Amino acid sequence: MTAPQVRESAAGLFRVDDGLGVWPHRGRVAAVGIGHSPTARRWDGAAETSIGAWTILAVRRAVADAGVDPAAVDVLVLDRHTTGGGSPWPEGAEIPREVAERFRPTDDPLDGVARLSPQWLLANLPELSGVKLVVVTTMCMSMALTAAIETVGRGHGTTAIAVKAWHNFPGRYGVRGANADPTVSGPAKHGVRGAGIAGANSFMNAMEFRRYLFKYGKSREMMAPFVVNSRANGLLMPEGYWAQHDPRPLTAADYLGSRMIADPSSLLDNDLPVHAAAAYLVTTAERAVDLRQPPAYVLGHAGSGVARGDRYDGLPYRSVVETLEESEAWAAATARRVYESAAVRADDLAFENCYDGFSFLHPFWLEAFGYAGVRHGEALDFYQGDIGLKGPHPVSPSGGNIGGGRTRFWGHTDSIQQIQQRAGARQIGRPATIGLSGGFMPYWSNFVIWSRDPDGP
Amino acid sequence: MPRQSPVPETVDREFFAAANRGRLVVQYCGRCDRWQYPPTTRCPVCDGAESFLWREVEGRGTVYSFAVVHDTQIASLRADLPYTVVVVSLDECPGVLMLSHLPGAADVAIGQAVRPRFAVTEATGQRVPEWEPLS
Repeated sequence: MTAPQVRESAAGLFRVDDGLGVWPHRGRVAAVGIGHSPTARRWDGAAETSIGAWTILAVRRAVADAGVDPAAVDVLVLDRHTTGGGSPWPEGAEIPREVAERFRPTDDPLDGVARLSPQWLLANLPELSGVKLVVVTTMCMSMALTAAIETVGRGHGTTAIAVKAWHNFPGRYGVRGANADPTVSGPAKHGVRGAGIAGANSFMNAMEFRRYLFKYGKSREMMAPFVVNSRANGLLMPEGYWAQHDPRPLTAADYLGSRMIADPSSLLDNDLPVHAAAAYLVTTAERAVDLRQPPAYVLGHAGSGVARGDRYDGLPYRSVVETLEESEAWAAATARRVYESAAVRADDLAFENCYDGFSFLHPFWLEAFGYAGVRHGEALDFYQGDIGLKGPHPVSPSGGNIGGGRTRFWGHTDSIQQIQQRAGARQIGRPATIGLSGGFMPYWSNFVIWSRDPDGP
Repeated sequence: MPRQSPVPETVDREFFAAANRGRLVVQYCGRCDRWQYPPTTRCPVCDGAESFLWREVEGRGTVYSFAVVHDTQIASLRADLPYTVVVVSLDECPGVLMLSHLPGAADVAIGQAVRPRFAVTEATGQRVPEWEPLS
């Protein structure tokens, strides 16, 4: 096997500029296979549950789900990072010997434990002998999946695996490292994006949401139906954290009584850090029709961010934090690009799986995309109606990160399965013809429009 | 209130030196007529450095938004839970927002007028701007 080419940046694959028009590969790329690991709250230290092991499992399941010969996979897209920063490997801790002995190592002893290099993954997935191109992306499955879609669209490969994994080590999330220090350096000194000074990851979103409530005259209590609905849908996602470990539905009273983290953001507005991995198999429309699962065609994709050369960063904000007005403008611009890329309109959507970790982000996205005709300031009123799976406008049928844990991939899994009509108990009541999934923040995102018909509406 | 001590670097040494004197300074680009915060080495718009200077401001502002933090991952902040974190729009510096604590205010509101005060941080003694209501 010849060593694959490794591109350390996916920046050139994202459609983040205005005026790009309809995606030139509209309807010619499809997602077919889905693979998930189990979901745990934290790693238990065993080799077979390490994030490397679970990533291998997810990839193998995605390949098997699609019914593809593993040797036919010619592109791998992944993020090397398996934490958002809140779960660093404990300083001085030894890696369990069983883990070190179980897998083929790289020079990095934490590879497959606290991060994931393409060299480690390919060494431990020898059946992926045909991989010619590796694309390293960042942050989210939305980035990895979009990069895989675009790679296949451009003909850099025919069969791509997009993979994203999240480890979570024992101990409280986010308390080690810089947060334990008596001093602070870098942008956190000034509270950039709420870091350092604010002291709560959800501060930014809580602060923006409070401004939203002020601007539109709404109340936090109006979020309850969304959170309750998300948990209900998440309990129908067999791979989700709550479905696997604590399958209790929530009530509005649970939500309203939940302890505050950064008021108005409570514990139940925060997505739970978990340990899990997922993979998707993306291929050409021609190949997809002969595979085990029906194709979920991609009509278009677009996002927000700054892609220049090898760099792909979030949009810069005017001052120390983004404002509600900036977020609304960025989200609206993203929605315009997404719809333009796919040549669809808001009223073509049968369902949406917009990002929700933290919960308050969901109304921003819902309004930007105008789902079900919802305009700025109307999402919370919309949540008071029928947003369930069998209703006219299903909201977050995956349950999202609020309903399944912080993975940022449930929405993509659900969207593909809805289109394939194999979402099981989550299958929406109306025909799942066209759907939307993506995230994460308005300043940095990628979204995909999925369709049952390669020609769209 | 207790919090981490910021370690000044080249880009923001003036800001923290002024804070130690009980003064608030913000960068201003004369070429662009634009205020900048957080500190940068050059004007982000024109990339100029010559006309990009620190200016002292009174620091009065209004609360853009806020959250009351009841749980924190930062060890230095735990002693004072719950605490209020405000995002303040500076009256003299259009476009500039600052983020800091507003100790002891339970009834803060969006649009409330505030002014800076300077608190000593424990680890190094570095002073930092906080906010208090302008009654």
